[in-house]
Formats: sequence, C-alpha cells, structure tokens
Amino acid sequence: MGKEVLKVDNVSMKFNLSSEKIDSLKEYFIKALKHQISYDEFWALKNVSFSLDRGDRLGILGLNGAGKSTLLKVISGVFKPTEGTVSKKGRIVPLLELGAGFDMQYTGRENIFLYGSVLGFSKKYLEEKYDEIAEFSELGRFIDVPLKNYSSGMKSKLGFSIATIAEPDILILDEVLSVGDAKFRKKSEAKIMQMMANGTTVLFVSHSLEQVKRICNKAIILEHGKLVADGLVEEVAPVYEKMIE
Amino acid sequence: MKYIKNFWQHRYLLGELVKKGIKLKYRRSYLGIIWSLLEPILTTIVLTVVFGTLFGVKDATFPLYVLCGRLLFSFFSSGTNGALRSIRANSGMIKKVYVPKYLYPMASILFNFIIFLISLIILIPLALYCKVTPKISWLYIILPLLLLILFTFGVGMILATIDVFFRDMEYLWSVVTLLIMYMSAIFYPPEKLLNSNFGFLLKYNPLFGIIQTFRSCMLGNALNWKYIVYAAGFSFICILIGTFLFYKKQDKFILYI
Repeated sequence: MGKEVLKVDNVSMKFNLSSEKIDSLKEYFIKALKHQISYDEFWALKNVSFSLDRGDRLGILGLNGAGKSTLLKVISGVFKPTEGTVSKKGRIVPLLELGAGFDMQYTGRENIFLYGSVLGFSKKYLEEKYDEIAEFSELGRFIDVPLKNYSSGMKSKLGFSIATIAEPDILILDEVLSVGDAKFRKKSEAKIMQMMANGTTVLFVSHSLEQVKRICNKAIILEHGKLVADGLVEEVAPVYEKMIE
Repeated sequence: MKYIKNFWQHRYLLGELVKKGIKLKYRRSYLGIIWSLLEPILTTIVLTVVFGTLFGVKDATFPLYVLCGRLLFSFFSSGTNGALRSIRANSGMIKKVYVPKYLYPMASILFNFIIFLISLIILIPLALYCKVTPKISWLYIILPLLLLILFTFGVGMILATIDVFFRDMEYLWSVVTLLIMYMSAIFYPPEKLLNSNFGFLLKYNPLFGIIQTFRSCMLGNALNWKYIVYAAGFSFICILIGTFLFYKKQDKFILYI
C-alpha cells in the first residue's frame, strides 16, 4: 500500500437552476440586454478533498441529495468540476449504470464489443476474452438476440460481465450490487471481493452503515455537498450514527 | 500530444461507433447496403427526366452530371445532419461514461462517408451508359472528396455544438440544407445562373465548387483551381471554428442534454 491512486483536490461543482421561466426568444433577448437573467446557483459539491491509496476501500455516506452521485460522476470524468481537480492513476470502471453504452438494436455479442470499447478495451483483447464474458453472463444462446428483447436482469448481467472482465485499478460501486437473480448476485459479489483482495481501490456508496463497515476501511460523509467527516471507518461511523438519529 | 494520445486510446471505440452506424442503417431492410447504390440511381432517373425536360438539356452526359451532384450533396446533407444530432442522440452514453465527445460527430460523419464511398461505385456503369470512357482523371476525385469530408466535418462540429444549446437548429438546418441544395446546381446546368447577376449564389457556396471539381474529374474537363482554393480555405476556417467552439463548450454539454 501507500501508493496514491486517486486524489480529489478541493473539488466544487456548481449547477445553475434557472430561477425564472423564460418562454420566448424575445423575452430572452430583452432580459439578457437588461442583465436580468439570473440563475440560482446550486453547489452540489463544495471544496471536497480526499485521497486514496492503492487497495483502499472508501465508503461514501450521506443522505439523499448530499452530492454522492455527483461526486462519483466527477471522479469518473462525466462531469468536469467547476473548481478543483481530480487526478487518478489507472483504469476506472464505474459499475453505476451497467450497460450505459449498450445499443438496443445490437445483439449481445455485438454489444460486448461496443461496450467493451467504451470501457477502453481493445478489439483484440475482447476477442480473447469473449468466451469468458459470454460464459460469465449466463446468457447462453440469447447472446445472438438483439438487446431490445432482453429482460432488465439479462442486460445488467451482461453489463457486469463486460465491465469486470479485467481488473480495474479503481472500481466505483453505487449501492450494493443487485444484479440479476440470487445466484448471479452471489457470483458477482464473489468477483468483487476477489478484486478487492487483489488490491483494487473501491469507492462504495451506500445508505447502509452495516455494509460500509463490512466492506470499507475508510469512509467519508457528505452533507449538502460538504465533506463533514473523513477518516477510518471506525472513526466516521459514530458520526454518521449521530447524524441519522 | 496529450490529445493525440487520448485519441489513440479511443481508436477502437471510434471504429465501433462507425461500424454501428453502418450496420444499423440498413439492418432489417431486405436489400441492405444495396440501397446505397439503388437509391441514388433511382432519384437520378427521376431528376433527369423531370429537369432534363424542364431545362431542355440535350447533353448526353446530363444523367452523370446529375448523379455526381446528387451523391456529393446527399453525403454533405446526411453527414452534417448526423453530426448535428450526434451529441443529443448519444446523451445516454455521455451522461454515464466518460468518452471524448468529439468521437460522436466524427463517427457519424465517417460512417456516412463510408456509405457514400460505396455508393460512388454506381458512377461507373452510369458513365459507361453515357459513353464516358474511363480515364486517368477519375483518380483525381480524391481531391474533391478530401475537400468534401473536411468541409462536412467543420460544419458538422459547429452544428453539433450549437444544437446542444439551441435545439431549434435541427429544424433550421433542414431549411438551410434545402437552400444549399438549390445553390449547388445539382440538377440544372450552372452556366445560365453563373452568367447572370445571381452568379454569386453559386460562387460563394464552397459545396458548388467541390461538386464542380468532382464533375470535371469524372468528365475529364479542366479543373477550375479557383473553386478548389476557395473550398479548401472555407473548409479550413470551418474546421478551425468548429473545433474551437466544440472544445470550449464540451464540458457544458452534460448540463444541457
């Protein structure tokens, strides 16, 4: 350990909520000329800083609307922070929305290559790993059926199988995975546990303190976009308990 | 350097996106990719019959003249319209995973370009039908094709950026494309218009220059270098504006889609 893989430095994220409704172009121009277009500023994240070493497992706690998802999106690169920087080493796999890059008209097989390339795998690598992915997904002959005919469980199984084919350096988990049926869930949990054992850094969002205690060694608490606690999970847990009372 | 490295890392994704565009375009149609040959030839027949009689064109190569214009224009039209919609069409992906966003308009233009290149094959039988024998100058079409894709890319990047913030662009652009079509002398001989007071309508349209250059290559006529230089300069400026706009605004896309 001791090698820093993720550093979130003073990150703030601002959204503009338009405070008044402007219905027409004419109105827009008049207001713009008079400098009357105002936005309600909303800081989803404010001056958040922390860093993680290789193998760390960070639990992110907080109530709804505290900025947890925004933080994950900033880390995965979907949002560019208004202020501050995120520096990361290695490959990040967000297991947030499995199969966000799927195409519904494509078959399972074609989607393996499409989504795989979205995640940054080369074609050659995917060809090598194709059988392994297909087997793990348990789709059988449905692999050649267009995705629009899949059930939602089948889709997330396929997404999970592609995303976890190579061990990422940083893994982002939103809530505990509820992929597919009980059998598949067991299998996917085992796979994630194995990754953690091999030193993958994990970011884990949950509302359940129990889960966080079980999985993580570090934790942070977000409240209205601000970092209110940061440290080892044993230190942070009592703070969170007090908060939700 | 950083950008080149980033692009290189995502080359497979670009390939996959291009492949997806081509595959899905003709999926579930019985004739599939053959349509990219059949469709231009059928519309050329219609245009030749209608406008050939209307303008009283006696030239035996007129069908070839029409087909050249139609093929190039339809690539420009589908390429720019595809790029225009590309960011919003892929909003699902953009919202969830990080991918360099310029890949979407780029992929959309590239897949249209590949279909367009395939459709060029149809020129050969039509040229033979019009008694135009194959000649060395056919190879020079590379030059107008290069200009065409650069011009389309520049315009496409500008449109893709604007459309995120100003959705009305989709409707506006379909009207503008129609206007550009009439300003490109696709199904009428340009001489009359060029020699009138409204000649500027054609001359200031870089697409007209590109199409004329392409036709000259096909028919073995002398190239008009003024057209080529003007189109090259115009494309260059469009690419400059397009990439600059896109680069400046891309981090804001996510807040508007």
